[in-house]
Amino acid sequence: MATSLNLRVNGRARRIRVDDPQMPLLYALRDDLGLKGPHFGCGLAQCGACTVHVAGEAVRSCRFPVADAANKPVTTLEGLSTGKKLHPLQQAFIAEQAVQCGYCINGMIMQAAALLAKHRRPSDAAIKQALAGNLCRCGTHVRIVRAVKRAAAMG
Amino acid sequence: MLQTRISRRHVLKGSGALVVSFAIAPSLANAQAKPPMAKTVAVDQVDGFIAIDAKGAVTLYSGKVDLGTGVRTALAQIAAEELSVPFERVDVVQGDTALTPDQGITWGSLTIQAGGMQVRQACATARAALIEMAAKRLGAPKDALAIKDGRIAAKGGKAVSYGQLIGGKRFDLKVDAKAPVKSPASYTIVGKSVPRTDIPAKVIGTFTYMQDFRLPGMLQARVVRPPAMKAELVSFDDADAKKIPGYVATVRKGNFLAAVARGEWAAIRAAGAIKAKWSDWAGLPDAAKLWDHVRATKAVKDEVFQKVGDTDAAMKTGAKTLSAVYDFAIHTHGSIGPSCAVAEFKAGKLTVWTASQATHLLRKQLAKMLDLTPEDVRCIYIEGSGCYGRNGHEDAAADAALIAKELGKPVRVQWSRADEHGWDPKGPPTLLEHKAALDDKGNVAAWESLVYIPDRPKGFEVTLVAAELSGLPKDSAFPGNIHQSLAIPYSFPNVKATARWLSETPFKPSWIRTPGRMQNTYANECFIDELAAAAGVDPLEFRRRNLKDPRGLELLERLTKLAEWKPKSAAAPAAGDVAKGRGVSYIKYELVRTYVGVVADVTVDRKSGKIKVERFFVAHDCGQIINPDGLKNQIEGNVVQTVSRTLMEELKFSRSAVTSLDWESYPILTFPDVPDVVIDLIDRPNERPWGAGEPAAAVVPSAIANAVFDAVGVRLRSVPFTPEKVLAALKKG
Ligand code: FES
Ligand code: FES
Repeated sequence: MATSLNLRVNGRARRIRVDDPQMPLLYALRDDLGLKGPHFGCGLAQCGACTVHVAGEAVRSCRFPVADAANKPVTTLEGLSTGKKLHPLQQAFIAEQAVQCGYCINGMIMQAAALLAKHRRPSDAAIKQALAGNLCRCGTHVRIVRAVKRAAAMG
Repeated sequence: MLQTRISRRHVLKGSGALVVSFAIAPSLANAQAKPPMAKTVAVDQVDGFIAIDAKGAVTLYSGKVDLGTGVRTALAQIAAEELSVPFERVDVVQGDTALTPDQGITWGSLTIQAGGMQVRQACATARAALIEMAAKRLGAPKDALAIKDGRIAAKGGKAVSYGQLIGGKRFDLKVDAKAPVKSPASYTIVGKSVPRTDIPAKVIGTFTYMQDFRLPGMLQARVVRPPAMKAELVSFDDADAKKIPGYVATVRKGNFLAAVARGEWAAIRAAGAIKAKWSDWAGLPDAAKLWDHVRATKAVKDEVFQKVGDTDAAMKTGAKTLSAVYDFAIHTHGSIGPSCAVAEFKAGKLTVWTASQATHLLRKQLAKMLDLTPEDVRCIYIEGSGCYGRNGHEDAAADAALIAKELGKPVRVQWSRADEHGWDPKGPPTLLEHKAALDDKGNVAAWESLVYIPDRPKGFEVTLVAAELSGLPKDSAFPGNIHQSLAIPYSFPNVKATARWLSETPFKPSWIRTPGRMQNTYANECFIDELAAAAGVDPLEFRRRNLKDPRGLELLERLTKLAEWKPKSAAAPAAGDVAKGRGVSYIKYELVRTYVGVVADVTVDRKSGKIKVERFFVAHDCGQIINPDGLKNQIEGNVVQTVSRTLMEELKFSRSAVTSLDWESYPILTFPDVPDVVIDLIDRPNERPWGAGEPAAAVVPSAIANAVFDAVGVRLRSVPFTPEKVLAALKKG
């Protein structure tokens, strides 16, 4: 039975119809709302490519039931910056050219944003620890850490 | 929206019947692929590569594609430089069989070296033609003209823009191999770290990856894979799948089985709800005896790739002989985003959107599989998740094409993580046997190597999974030029390097970053380290002594300084639980191009067996550098990815199938274990540019092995260097 759900994504109220309330949030964001920030990487909560914020916490949207996100603020990479200015992390990733293919970068930025929201000046080790569950196959790690540090210094 | 329930049977040409059962047909709205404009794709035509519009905007048509390496930017730099237009004015269209020339597969670290030089020559030809046109138009001699920012000016100020000269028109010119190229001394764009044009969209979430691409009315499909790789589909029951809201169809062709639905989640659920009965199959070797299996595999032939002097005789007279056997595990590509493709079949024409590194080749393969002519197939490249060789992209394209042709609707196939880990073609298991003799002064008198690798058919294709499963026509698999870099750069008096081509290998092979060159260099550079230790000579000095190539020697000099290498005559294993060591490795890629030398700093925990790579020093000479920061990004990626492959990665399998189907069973390196990478780029603007996507990876495994020997005095001869293997080696002593 299809039901309606109220989502609040990137500051906008969105109403979607779902056949399965257990459907992961990722599919609602990508297929119903047409967002391109969160990516499908594993569907197993193992890689972090799908990371979004739900009520300010970084979650793996590939395993997060869409029904549990109802009426909570959801932020994706597209909604990370407010107004015209890019989020410091986005600026820093551009400045450090911290991208190879960039498929993982959504997760890197969203996970790091959650870290920086709590710790304004994390050490290298703290950054690496916070991103330990985010996989990158291109080997962009060295630059990603530099970019997060740069963003922290800006913020 | 049309909502009827229909079912029908289709018989495809080829073997077996295809059963398609429809539930609800989706919207009839269908996407149009932009019709190909009348444009040549010939590699010998200027118009194959570039077009200039009336405003002077340049479109570069590149058959080589950006796999996440930044070459879109680098190729645009080359074009802008040679055409003398601002960088921002160049747009790049990549890998579209209707628009871009067939420059071959994007592989082998050849995009800049080969593809970029084709672009440079086409642009140089265009530039010469534009000067010619301007001279006529302005009534001034050619050598009195000045070119800047897409304008050609005569003395006195009369000027004409490229847009005015050629805007919207064709050059109709053959690429002239002799057209003069600009002097590197005058470069303003090449050699600069121009920021990559794709990065802003990628960090704000507006970039369209292959996985993000959608067509109106598109259906979603998931393939149901057999639990044993070559099992036969006995029967299936899709009654439960049909109950899932959004279910559209089940498609079966031979052993190919897929569920199609309107939404992606519905497709996943429907695929999971199909009950399929498969036959048993257990044709894989015993993983525990993989190397016995490789050694016992029937050899097709032995081929000698390097022969100097007479190794047989020299082996007999040597004062000391050494031998070692190295093995290198089966690896998976492991792109972070599983493969994905969209296909549409309309009025007898197939259009496929794909992240394939080889759209022109894929087009031929799809045509063969579906009994179409290549002219009826168009493959359009869209950047996907990073790919480091021939992974699953082409197979996802074949899945989508097969289903789209049957349903007559656009179809997207997204592979699951298990599809990707289980069904992408693999880097084959590689076994190497090395033997050498030292004379009484510690010089190498003879060197022999033998590598066991799967044979190469003539074509470059890797069989499409959908063609295998469905029983449709297919080609045999090519593992890549994996014999390369078996030959060594050292000038020993007697050398013999042999490849033993094997009739089969457990998994369908393909090339993964630095294919063969990584495995061969691993064994070569470990073994020379073993010889240096046996001779009691510092390993860096030992290499230097046996090199004659001045460019290689200069590189080793730079590496010595960069890493502050201190000579040692013999390894004196460090005391304590955590021992530090450093190791060196060197390559001249395939003996004909890019030079790389590295020093690895590692620590080895004697208690846990864990190796931590702290730092890599890399000296790198790939000739003319197009974009230094882009190059560094590639080198860092090469090092980090290969540290992962060396320390952790190994495909696991049962007698029936791959069992390492996720990131837990096939772990890769994570942030806390990522080394620092310190790079010295040797720029040679007046030399030709060589590749950089692979060479730095080649030297990583050996540098780590040699550093471990320096730390704890044991040789690791089996990749990956897991803690268990380290502990076992330490125990053996
Ligand atoms: S896709 Fe969600 S963690 Fe991998
Ligand atoms: S940049 Fe490609 S996976 Fe991280």
